[in-house]
Amino acid sequence: MKKIVLVGSPNVGKSVLFNALTKKYVTVSNYPGTTVEVSRGKAQIGEIACQIIDTPGMYSLLPITEEERVARRILLEEKPDLVIHVIDAKNLERMLPLTIQLLESGFPTILVLNIMDEAEQEGIIINRNLLEKELGIPVVGAVSITGEGIEELKKRILSFSQAMRSYENFISYSLKDEIEKIESLLTSSYPLSKRMVALLLLQEDEEIREMVKEREKNNFFSINQVLEKARDRYVNPISYEVALERQHKVREIVDGVVKLKEAKVTFQEILSRLTMNPFTGFPIFLLIIYLLYEFVGVFGAQISVDFLEKTIFGQYINPFVTKIVTSFIPWKVVQDLFVNEYGIITLGIRYAVAIILPIVATFFIAFSIIEDTGYLPRLAMLIDRMFKKIGLNGRAVIPIVLGFGCDTMAVMVTRTLETKRERIIASFLLALAIPCSAQLGVILALLSGNATLFAIWVGVTASIFVLIGYLTSRLMPGENPIFYMEVPPLRLPKLSNVLTKTYTRVEWYLKEVFPLFIMASVFIWIGKVTKLFDLLLRLMAYPVQWIGLPKESAVAFLFGFFRRDFGAAGLFDLKSSGVLSGVPLLVAVITMTLFIPCIAQFSMTVKERGLKTALLMAGFIFPFAFLVGGIVNLILTTLGVSL
Amino acid sequence: MTLSDRAEEILEALWIEVVEEKKGTCKVSILKDDEAIKNLARLGYIEIKPPQNQIQLTEKGEAEARSCVRRHRLAERLLVDILDCKKKLVHETSCKFEHFLHKGLDDNICTLLGHPRTCPHGKPIPEGPCCKDARRKPEKLIMPLTELEINRKARISYLQTQDRNILQKLIAMGALPMTEIVLLQRFPSYVFQVGKSKFAVDKELASCIYVRVI
Repeated sequence: MKKIVLVGSPNVGKSVLFNALTKKYVTVSNYPGTTVEVSRGKAQIGEIACQIIDTPGMYSLLPITEEERVARRILLEEKPDLVIHVIDAKNLERMLPLTIQLLESGFPTILVLNIMDEAEQEGIIINRNLLEKELGIPVVGAVSITGEGIEELKKRILSFSQAMRSYENFISYSLKDEIEKIESLLTSSYPLSKRMVALLLLQEDEEIREMVKEREKNNFFSINQVLEKARDRYVNPISYEVALERQHKVREIVDGVVKLKEAKVTFQEILSRLTMNPFTGFPIFLLIIYLLYEFVGVFGAQISVDFLEKTIFGQYINPFVTKIVTSFIPWKVVQDLFVNEYGIITLGIRYAVAIILPIVATFFIAFSIIEDTGYLPRLAMLIDRMFKKIGLNGRAVIPIVLGFGCDTMAVMVTRTLETKRERIIASFLLALAIPCSAQLGVILALLSGNATLFAIWVGVTASIFVLIGYLTSRLMPGENPIFYMEVPPLRLPKLSNVLTKTYTRVEWYLKEVFPLFIMASVFIWIGKVTKLFDLLLRLMAYPVQWIGLPKESAVAFLFGFFRRDFGAAGLFDLKSSGVLSGVPLLVAVITMTLFIPCIAQFSMTVKERGLKTALLMAGFIFPFAFLVGGIVNLILTTLGVSL
Repeated sequence: MTLSDRAEEILEALWIEVVEEKKGTCKVSILKDDEAIKNLARLGYIEIKPPQNQIQLTEKGEAEARSCVRRHRLAERLLVDILDCKKKLVHETSCKFEHFLHKGLDDNICTLLGHPRTCPHGKPIPEGPCCKDARRKPEKLIMPLTELEINRKARISYLQTQDRNILQKLIAMGALPMTEIVLLQRFPSYVFQVGKSKFAVDKELASCIYVRVI
């Protein structure tokens, strides 16, 4: 079986190409850094069975981000039979340096010029035959989203001949002597050409240095001497000198290969400017939030939930199931496992299907659309200055916004943040102050019809987010983050892509949620049978009453340990039955918003940040949530506010 | 013919004594027999006037001395501003460096630095022809990206940072010297276009990129 690895900068369409080749779906979006996990798929190309591996985005073989490190590790460890370098045809000059590095490393490479349609729109004409001649490898033009060029790519994969020309002197580096000296000192075998190993060593690549140190026990000292001497010769870091020389070569190639025509200013371009200009950008942002609210908060969380909850479950499923269960199972204890107040079907499945599903589905539809248009990097750019105040940079917009969908997913995505400090702050804030869509939807439904309650809730949560973010960034040592992000062109989202993406996300979500909800029902049932539940309820009733809530709401908080949305859904039931309203409702909602993360998010935090950090976070959040709830209660009751 | 390093240094010292400190002439009886002094006199840069062996710069000598001082102080600026040289080493290094800045190279460096008026020690840098040209077109030729006019085409001249991490990011964005660049906006973040790609960066990164308007 042939092993084919797809590499390239972020946001050039590697994942789309992967899908086209394997007919398997991986999440595709219009923002850099989506592929955190490595996807593998099988493909039949002609007579040959292939394994295709999709990698996170990389700009250069010398990695700076975690994604780049992951991508390079795949190249080093998988020993690919073929590397497909996917590039954005609009940006040859910026992307060819990686092609050259792949060739210098000795990887058998095919170059795919993707997004040819946009290049043509921008008046870029590329002489592909000449580029093939210059590089000495197959060059395929493609529009992977429409499938254009895929057949040609397959043909070129089949006809690819392993005999490659030598790229030893493709670029004549001013460090030539040092490179050759190091090459001669490298005696063992490497997954990269010795030339590339030497180049990376000279560029102070730690990972490669460790690798060489281990493999060249005898020569390492001499190698190090060469490195030190070379470093002394330059004022600038050697990586910069090397990049300059490579860029010089690329410029030569591009000048010969690319012709530019005058491009028209398109509507997309005008719209793009408007989203980035602060005077129009912030209103556009608010408009998007408003539309999001209408779609998720009103259509999803109210209209759809109402229909599923009251009509489908309330009138049909619950009475029907209850009737069946009670007529077949004579024991009340066993009946309770399935139906009645906390039954698997009447509670667990009803919560999951009638309350959570419509909210999550509508949120992910909206999020997928926003994502595919390429709006998120624009938001990142608008908000960077504010995020700097809380120790993050604009890039963190992606995990934070995703957190409003599902915090667990978002914690996973924090891995794309550059420094450990940012990753910890972002995970912490996600756990504390970002309600997930399910929880948010229920909260919106709870507070609907009372604008004051809603405003106070937004105000308190947002202030906590900013305040705690600010304090954490002050307390945590480390350098301030630097913001840089590619702003992709605005694109019209493709319906099929939005739907498949929503589908995979909702599926992921339900797989996560369903077992937990059912488990929660079972646990509660066990707890009730053994009376443990009542004990916990009594215990939980204390902090709940301290912050001025009726003790019945202890149930909701107990649910909250399983999932925050589960807890919020519990509050929903309390409100419907008239137990909660006004100030206590607000206090309950605020406390629940800040309340400890759900089991899934907690375990993801453990996985990504380590047990100690996760426990520290939870240890802070649990009392803090009640503290804030208590303070809000105290202020409102002292002021005699009735809401 | 080019003067020896030593001769250039003597001219420099003379310039400081004679022109900047307005002493007119300078006594150098001790140096009378110095090979470099004799050479300078022979080539008509200086005149040694008896009886007290006072040295006077000729017109030709004054022009050359002025140019030497200019090169020395530009070299200091270059070392301090761009190459981030330690203060202690500046004088010593620039003494060596100045001798390389011949044949109009000094004007290029001067332009690169934005026609500085003083050296890092606060002494004036004699003007060159490039400074006069620049004054006629009153824009700064080289400036950080943060100061570039919006939508004005420019070319990256150099990157001013020693931070490997920042350099690596700039390399990843393709923001390398000789590349054309356009600043699209500066608030709330800096957005620039390189080739057909747009990037949003913060002030810290943007101020590392020095550009020349084209």
